[in-house]
Amino acid sequence: MSEERSDMSEDEDGGGGVEQKERWGPSQGGGGCGSAKSRGGVWTDPPPPFSDQVLENVLENVLQFLVCRRDRNAASLVCRSWCRAEAQTRGELFIGNCYAVSPRRATDRFRRVRSVVLKGKPRFADFSLVPLGWGAHFSPWASAMAAAYPWLERICLKRMSIADDDLSLLAFSFPFFKDLTLICCDGFGTHGLAVIAEKCRHLRVLDLIEAYLEEEEEDQVVDWVSKFPQTTTSLETLGFDCVVSTVNFEALEALVARSPALRQLRVNHHVTVDQLFRLMVRAPQLTHLGTGSFGPPAALALQGDVMEHEADLVSAFAASKSIISLSGFRDVASQYLPAIYPVCANLTTLNCSFAEITADELKPVIHHCHNLQKFWVLDTVRDEGLQAVAATCKDLQELRVFPLNATEDSEGFVSDVGLAAISQGCRRLRSILYFCQQMTNKAVITMSKNCQELVVFRLCIMGRHLPDHLTKEPMDEGFGAIVMNCKKLTRLAVSGLLTDKAFAYIGKYGKSIRTLSVAFAGDSDVGLRYVLEGCPKLQKLEIRDSPFGDPALLSGIHQYYNMRFLWMNSCKLSIRGCNDVAQRLPRLVVEVIRDRPEADDETVEKLYMYRSLAGPRNDAPPFVKIL
Amino acid sequence: MEEEFRGGRPQLFDFITNGRDWSDKGGYGAAEEKSLELRLGLPGGEDWSAVQEKREHPAESAVSPGHIAKIPKSTNMSASSGAKRGCSDAVDSKPEGTLADKPTAAAPVVGWPPIRSFRKNLAGTAKASAESPNRRSEAEKKLENDRKGLFVKINMDGIPIGRKVDLKAYDSYEKLSLAVDELFRGLLMAAQMDLLAATTHSTKETHVISGLLDRSGEYTLVYEDDEGDKMLVGDVPWDMFVSTAKRLRVLKSSDLCASPLSPGEIGRRTNDS
Repeated sequence: MSEERSDMSEDEDGGGGVEQKERWGPSQGGGGCGSAKSRGGVWTDPPPPFSDQVLENVLENVLQFLVCRRDRNAASLVCRSWCRAEAQTRGELFIGNCYAVSPRRATDRFRRVRSVVLKGKPRFADFSLVPLGWGAHFSPWASAMAAAYPWLERICLKRMSIADDDLSLLAFSFPFFKDLTLICCDGFGTHGLAVIAEKCRHLRVLDLIEAYLEEEEEDQVVDWVSKFPQTTTSLETLGFDCVVSTVNFEALEALVARSPALRQLRVNHHVTVDQLFRLMVRAPQLTHLGTGSFGPPAALALQGDVMEHEADLVSAFAASKSIISLSGFRDVASQYLPAIYPVCANLTTLNCSFAEITADELKPVIHHCHNLQKFWVLDTVRDEGLQAVAATCKDLQELRVFPLNATEDSEGFVSDVGLAAISQGCRRLRSILYFCQQMTNKAVITMSKNCQELVVFRLCIMGRHLPDHLTKEPMDEGFGAIVMNCKKLTRLAVSGLLTDKAFAYIGKYGKSIRTLSVAFAGDSDVGLRYVLEGCPKLQKLEIRDSPFGDPALLSGIHQYYNMRFLWMNSCKLSIRGCNDVAQRLPRLVVEVIRDRPEADDETVEKLYMYRSLAGPRNDAPPFVKIL
Repeated sequence: MEEEFRGGRPQLFDFITNGRDWSDKGGYGAAEEKSLELRLGLPGGEDWSAVQEKREHPAESAVSPGHIAKIPKSTNMSASSGAKRGCSDAVDSKPEGTLADKPTAAAPVVGWPPIRSFRKNLAGTAKASAESPNRRSEAEKKLENDRKGLFVKINMDGIPIGRKVDLKAYDSYEKLSLAVDELFRGLLMAAQMDLLAATTHSTKETHVISGLLDRSGEYTLVYEDDEGDKMLVGDVPWDMFVSTAKRLRVLKSSDLCASPLSPGEIGRRTNDS
């Protein structure tokens, strides 16, 4: 698991906030750097006189040191000269919404970019709320970049639709290409991977995180691992745990053997433990390892062989002095877990969220993990398991507890008890994602007081509208305490029974909140108004199944240009309200997504709106109506 | 994440007369006006009188928006994975109940709980005992989350994008036929509207895709079995069909040969014949 990238959340790296954009104002053109800018973003200024040129050169040399994009955005607004200089020195281009700006405009302004980060679909697409074919195609960006950035080294995409042809274009257009990271992307297959492997001779990172490869028939699957150059490679990271098809293991082993720089390797579940052992032997310098299957290979059920594998595995881990991150653990057999003891003390990241292990199986492992900072686990470990975590992992910064049964009426193995225990033991906690069925305000309040470093608080009470299970009250007080006490909070996801009061709290205290996720909450328009009027830093707001209608939507008019997007589905919006917003904010793209063509024209089932310099996109499918 | 199709339309219970707004409840009146005023007082202040009232009158509050428990299951099978009707359309059919009541098992909702699909199949993985080897699950397939689902591709003439159906979700040919109609009706209409010059705004009628099984309709449902032969759907017992069908197709009935090559087997009308 590539920790910095697996979430690519902007909250944890502190680099979030305003991404590259022009200055906004309702019914103004994008002012940006100087009015000389033409519509297409092409510079029409005459070149500056000589002395100014010297100044700009000096400026460029200084501005090179600015890394954080927020700082760069600020610098670019000082004056035209600074804007130009900044544009010449920006090395990493971050586009938080691929439709907010046209590829041409971006590449025209920033000429010397080496690294591009591009995000596409709204997050609710992960939960099947965005119909297939909605958009976020990488192709136009690939073409624009191929033309503009021959020295491009790095591309990181999140929730984009990428075709194999796009990958081919990358491979052929960028001779210095080093780093391809794809998070939650879809549309490509092994053929695209093969071209990358074959043509990108300087490739250092090929990291596929939760990507959905196209389904391929068996005879269509390409043996992409074999396509890497036969000489020593410069590979540092290879992650393909989400690839569904098998890979050629011999080729993989040979690849690992000739990649002395390899530090991060995450294999898919087809790789068995004996194969894992062989890989670890080839790469004792690994720092991040994602295991495949972690149980006895089906073919070797003989007792003797099983013992041998266990012993091999233990020795392999004992020899891997550098491992600080472990993930994978698909199909785990608990008797293999002890093999990882030798590395536990060094672990800063442990992701066993695919392993159904009990508290008793977890305890001996976690007991060794004093240095753990990031821990992802399944709720099968129960509150008891979490108590063990709290007892040992004093440096824990990020915890994610996923449900084994992700259904509303599932039993739920963790509760307020586990949350309270974590808050007692892990005072440095910064980020938590917690799925449960039972929660109390008290436990949440306790966490708000104990964990003052919280930046991300995402609590998902799976049953809809569930109150505090002891007092039967709404969960307003708990979430209220979180926004009140956790001054560094930038990301919040709420759940459970919530009235407008919870939103009043958020509006009053959530002054740093940038991302808010709401589901099945609130009583009336007032709730949403509180948030839109109270949270000045709000960037991303996603709401589902909450009774917010047109008046609430209109109350945010002053805010929408400051935000990256607003998503609302199954609320109480009508086409009139959305039209109203669209008319008053010409630089806002208002998309109404209709699942059923014959549905009532008045109600708006799904609304996705975002500021954009590019205007309505021309690749919208028939079920998207842009107002 | 495919929704199960049960056939028929969702039942919509509209307990809110004449589409009045949520907060417009008889007993609230002035309190409602107050609550719309934007004041951020903390609990205990008069701002919260509305909320307090709700708490003291649980019977009333059970029909207020904050306590919507059940929404009738949406059974549309359009291009998305289903859109649930907004919560304005349905109210818990039992008006009593305090805030304490946990809603009884509600119809599943798209995308809730918010877990990405590749994580969803974990419970289906058989956790092995110490001795026996683990069974590997196919948990990573996108949009195929039914643990024992049998998804087959289905394409329709004239529609470039295919779909998938879970044969195990149905127990009869009629239900499958209805599902196919639901799946493609919207896409077919969209495809046909592309052909029109977009001058006709009024045509919103949807043409039901019917007669799939008896060759009476414009389209006919056929399938490809495990031997690669193309067969008409409907000849063999349902269970046998489910176990042998590998792909489905919805063909224009006019494209089928007048006389089949062999019973059940289908040929295509060629240009010569």
